Amino acid sequence: MTTTTATLNRRSFLASSAAVAGGFSLGFGVPFSRAEAQTGVQEVNAWVVIHPDDKVVIRIARSEMGQGTLTGLAQLVAEELECDWTKVTTEYPTPGQNLARNRVWGNFSTGGSQGIRQSNLYVRQGGATAREMLIQAAAKDWNVPAAECSAANSVITHKGTGKTTTYGKVAAAAAKIEPPKDVKLKDPKDWKIAGKGVKRLDTRDKLTGAQIYGIDLKLPGMLTATIRDCPVNGGKLKSFDAARVEKMPGVKKVVAVDGKGVAVVATSYWQARTALAALPIEWDEGPGGKINNDDITALLAEGLTAEKAFIGNQAGDAKAAIAGAPKKLEATYSYPYQNHATMEPMNCTALWTADKCEAWGPTQNGEAALAAAAEAAGHPVAKCDFHKMLLGGGFGRRGRSDYVRQAVLIAKEMPGTPIKLVWSREEDMTHCAFHPVMQCKLSAGLDASGNLAGLHVRLSGQSILASLLPQNLQNGMDPVVFQGFNSGGTESAYGYNISNLLIDHAMRNPHVLAGFWRGVNTNQNAIFMECFMDELAHAAGQDPLEFRRKLLKPRHLRVLNAAVEKAGWGKAPPGVYQGLAQIMGFGSYVAAVAEVSVSDQGQLKIHRIVAATDCGHAVNPAQIERQIAGSFVYGLSAALYGECTVKDGAIEQTNFDTYNVMRMDEMPKVESVIVPSGDFWGGVGEPTIAVAAPAVLNAIFAATGKRIRSLPVMNHDLRKA
Amino acid sequence: MVAISINGKIYQTNADPRTPLLWVLRDDIGLTGTKYGCGVAQCGSCTVHIDGVANRSCQVPLNSVGRRKVTTVEGLAEGGTLTKVQQAWLDNDVPQCGYCQSGMIMAAAALLKSTPKPTDEEIDAAMTNICRCGTYQQVRAAIHDAAKG
Ligand code: FES
Ligand code: FES
Repeated sequence: MTTTTATLNRRSFLASSAAVAGGFSLGFGVPFSRAEAQTGVQEVNAWVVIHPDDKVVIRIARSEMGQGTLTGLAQLVAEELECDWTKVTTEYPTPGQNLARNRVWGNFSTGGSQGIRQSNLYVRQGGATAREMLIQAAAKDWNVPAAECSAANSVITHKGTGKTTTYGKVAAAAAKIEPPKDVKLKDPKDWKIAGKGVKRLDTRDKLTGAQIYGIDLKLPGMLTATIRDCPVNGGKLKSFDAARVEKMPGVKKVVAVDGKGVAVVATSYWQARTALAALPIEWDEGPGGKINNDDITALLAEGLTAEKAFIGNQAGDAKAAIAGAPKKLEATYSYPYQNHATMEPMNCTALWTADKCEAWGPTQNGEAALAAAAEAAGHPVAKCDFHKMLLGGGFGRRGRSDYVRQAVLIAKEMPGTPIKLVWSREEDMTHCAFHPVMQCKLSAGLDASGNLAGLHVRLSGQSILASLLPQNLQNGMDPVVFQGFNSGGTESAYGYNISNLLIDHAMRNPHVLAGFWRGVNTNQNAIFMECFMDELAHAAGQDPLEFRRKLLKPRHLRVLNAAVEKAGWGKAPPGVYQGLAQIMGFGSYVAAVAEVSVSDQGQLKIHRIVAATDCGHAVNPAQIERQIAGSFVYGLSAALYGECTVKDGAIEQTNFDTYNVMRMDEMPKVESVIVPSGDFWGGVGEPTIAVAAPAVLNAIFAATGKRIRSLPVMNHDLRKA
Repeated sequence: MVAISINGKIYQTNADPRTPLLWVLRDDIGLTGTKYGCGVAQCGSCTVHIDGVANRSCQVPLNSVGRRKVTTVEGLAEGGTLTKVQQAWLDNDVPQCGYCQSGMIMAAAALLKSTPKPTDEEIDAAMTNICRCGTYQQVRAAIHDAAKG
């Protein structure tokens, strides 16, 4: 669905990108049909393209950002297609093609760990339908009933005669066959490609420098831009003195962007960056410019006892049960702003002409990126397209299209010239939709035998929906705030049987933008719940595992048991202490046991983590293990160091020197136990993050007697109490 | 015009002599395997070898390179044959998003050159690169594998 040919020389673009990218798929910027006409490559259906030499190209709608969805989804299609896995490659259709074809590839959005769990059914059907069409084509050619033919490893065989043919030979005929309805899908017990820990399909180019990310894209005649947006969210651009930098080397143009930012366009990034640093800019910071971190802390603290709050979950009479309980416990927790800090800074390349617009970049939501590009371009969507590039990390950050809009607005100032917008790390660190701030006051009563009589969880803090999707608020309430605080359901749940319960939220929205951050609100909610459960167990004089076992629902308990059995609960080596946590999030049940030690000087070492996951179906156990290990790096980086603070309305942490993350020397040994129960589909990219911090915090308490109730851990003295 | 030796070839560049080598490689020479992650020596995504020693190229001004030989990730696999470090990375299916991996591989290759059989502690000390996807466990396994090979 190529829409722009005006100034971009198609042949040279393809030649240069093929030369540098190698891995670029044919679909990239080329109408499928034209590619097919030229090469004899045949689309069998939307999901499956077959080459004459039997190479299979599987189309992937979701975005690959490291989580392995590209490989997992291809495994599911290939499994039903019965093709030779060694001949499989993948390509992204563009969102423009999706629209033009009635959204045949469904949802492109890649967030909420939903890539596989929400599209497994229709991608498997896509593979199965193509297989049936290929078999029917062969049968027709041989003049035998299709029922007598079978397919395996890209080869079709007729039982009676022993005749064989390959997919590449019948693909063209297969494409003309009416797609069968109601294809039967395999029983996962019979899977040969799916369910196996096959290697990723996208590794090799990442080892040689050949992989092209959005930030690496080069188009003929392209210029590079870099931007400064107002440091205070809600603020505006007042003025800038372009004349001061316009003569600097390489500088082509200085442009205001959206009334709140200014960009320098130059021949190369370093020239643009150097000029931008020298550019005098004045901001109108607006009311946010007066806000400091203490103001935000105080705003949230007030909400902890406020009269009015949205009720997210309620059972029995929690307040009365607590009031009447012989033993009461109360604790207040707090969670800071955090940045996604994807390794690849935000970037997007755009080419705007008077009638068309095309953009290239890393996005978790191709269709939203296309919509943002079209809106900024001022062109109908049908006159625009967006080309998804591999992401150098997503973590929720690239579900937003702010940088796409900026790139198109800049490109619009220079019609016919492709503009690559590259953010500095400093811009990236300070202009994010941050993991929201939240405080939480938990109150509970224990009865005479130490059983939980009632629990009140009062959340006070920021709503992501209020920041990004206010139209999705429900009578002012943000249901996403309660993620992980549901009593049941298939999306997220805390897992305990609690008869007197109240979970409510006093919404307090500072001016800082909040957003979806890998794991989203399960992250802090699991800390609140799982650390407080630990506090309750100790108050009741019970083992934290036994205390939980009495309350947990069966599926939660099964996963927790799997973790503690593998870890050897209560059997840590001398000087090493254990903590545990569990939750159901993003459709999967997870539990973790952390083993830590704390030196006399207060130095924390996380030795080992054992993590169990029930994700229903395990499409690629090797990649699930990597998502689990990676979740601890992400979750523990946040727990140990992650904190963005606000001064004069702006975020203070500007780079990794002030926003520290975990490195190799702090990496614990992560052992994963995958226990798929086989009757549902759960996500794996996010759920484990929620248990990383509470398991470690509970282990720190076991080691030191200190309860850490405000994150990050680095702000606390861990020397023994 | 400044002449610079990269992956065994001499390139001429017009870039300002103070430009960090990282951006000369990426924007002037067109070798984009070397990545920008922080620009302040924190992340290691930009790691290259200068005369065989790992350097964070965001901190190396063009005019400080002189006649020394620069090797980037593109210069490792000669004629398409992966080096043993790259092969170990492939065997261990190390990368997730992959963005940090050029730097990881360059840091690991330099480590293995100076310390052919590194202990875990030596790996920890040498490999201070940031990976936000969290591939550290696989990186460690791959380094040990490459040391065996
Ligand atoms: S970009 Fe050079 S160390 Fe991060
Ligand atoms: S693999 Fe993504 S940052 Fe390391």
